[in-house]
Amino acid sequence: MTAITLNGRPHAVAGGTTVVDLVAETVGRPLGPDGAPLDGRRLGVAVAVDAAVVPRSRWARTPVAEGQSVEIITAVQGG
Amino acid sequence: MTAPHPDPLVLDGTELASRLIMGTGGLSSLLTLEQALEASGTELTTVALRRYAPGQGDSLFAMLERNDIRILPNTAGCYTARDALLTAELGREALETDWVKLEVIADEETLLPDVVELLDATEQLVARGFKVFAYTSDDPAVARRLEDLGAAAVMPLGAPIGTGLGILNPHNIELIASRASVPVVLDAGIGTASEAALAMELGCDAVLLASAVTRAQDPVAMATAMRHAVAAGRLAARAGRIPARRHALASSPMAGRIEPEGPAGDPLDVPRGDWAPLGESR
Repeated sequence: MTAITLNGRPHAVAGGTTVVDLVAETVGRPLGPDGAPLDGRRLGVAVAVDAAVVPRSRWARTPVAEGQSVEIITAVQGG
Repeated sequence: MTAPHPDPLVLDGTELASRLIMGTGGLSSLLTLEQALEASGTELTTVALRRYAPGQGDSLFAMLERNDIRILPNTAGCYTARDALLTAELGREALETDWVKLEVIADEETLLPDVVELLDATEQLVARGFKVFAYTSDDPAVARRLEDLGAAAVMPLGAPIGTGLGILNPHNIELIASRASVPVVLDAGIGTASEAALAMELGCDAVLLASAVTRAQDPVAMATAMRHAVAAGRLAARAGRIPARRHALASSPMAGRIEPEGPAGDPLDVPRGDWAPLGESR
């Protein structure tokens, strides 16, 4: 298992997990290799790993490494 | 397709029929928010970006999509240019838009913009291809600097966020609006409809508000009021108001008045109409 921080909390993922796996698990929707939801609706989610944005097109190619801090954010009411 | 709007708000080349931009914060019921947004007639609404919490995230996004309302992600909660840059990048990625409402706050108590960080962040975001809608103070000099740095719109506050104090410095707002060549959006401080109308009369291109509607006792009624107020203020601003004058100017002609018969008698003999209280002798 790989220990990371997900949205500020300790989280464990299986070895070889990529960002796209982590996002799919978090939002509970299956995602294609391009990061787009298979249900055809927009996703509305972005990811930063160690305070750097990972574009959706690179999610499937970005493994989650031990000790990294991953933020998965979305739109909430505000402003 | 409907006919083009005769007087659209143009933001970054995009035409919007409504000059009211609504924030989405302050309501616990998503259904009431949806009804208020619909009543306001807005076509553009702000959202904040926060950590994904299961069951919370996609309902707002789906509702806005369903109502065909454009999303303007904000950087609320950022205190430095660095934080604002990361939040803006996340917003662009999540919501697939280059538009960002840039908010860099000085402190929790006033929520006033930190204009030093704001100018820094504006410059960097413009360089990264963002269309920056800059939430700023009511300082005309700062507004000019933001425009020079390439902001897509300048959004001065009427009063601090959530106060409902209205427009504390109408002169400055008018000055900003009269000198700007980018859209000026009055953002924050509006409490009621007359203040939204005033913002438009002062020359603003649009009004952005949230709390005035979402925290009103009847948000849907207030959203309707704001819709009319913004439209009325815009019309009035372009209609060429009369100059204010010191003394009265009759609107009825003086010529052709009836003359009382005979010499004027006791003033008490003059008919007083039907408002005299019953039983009072004339």
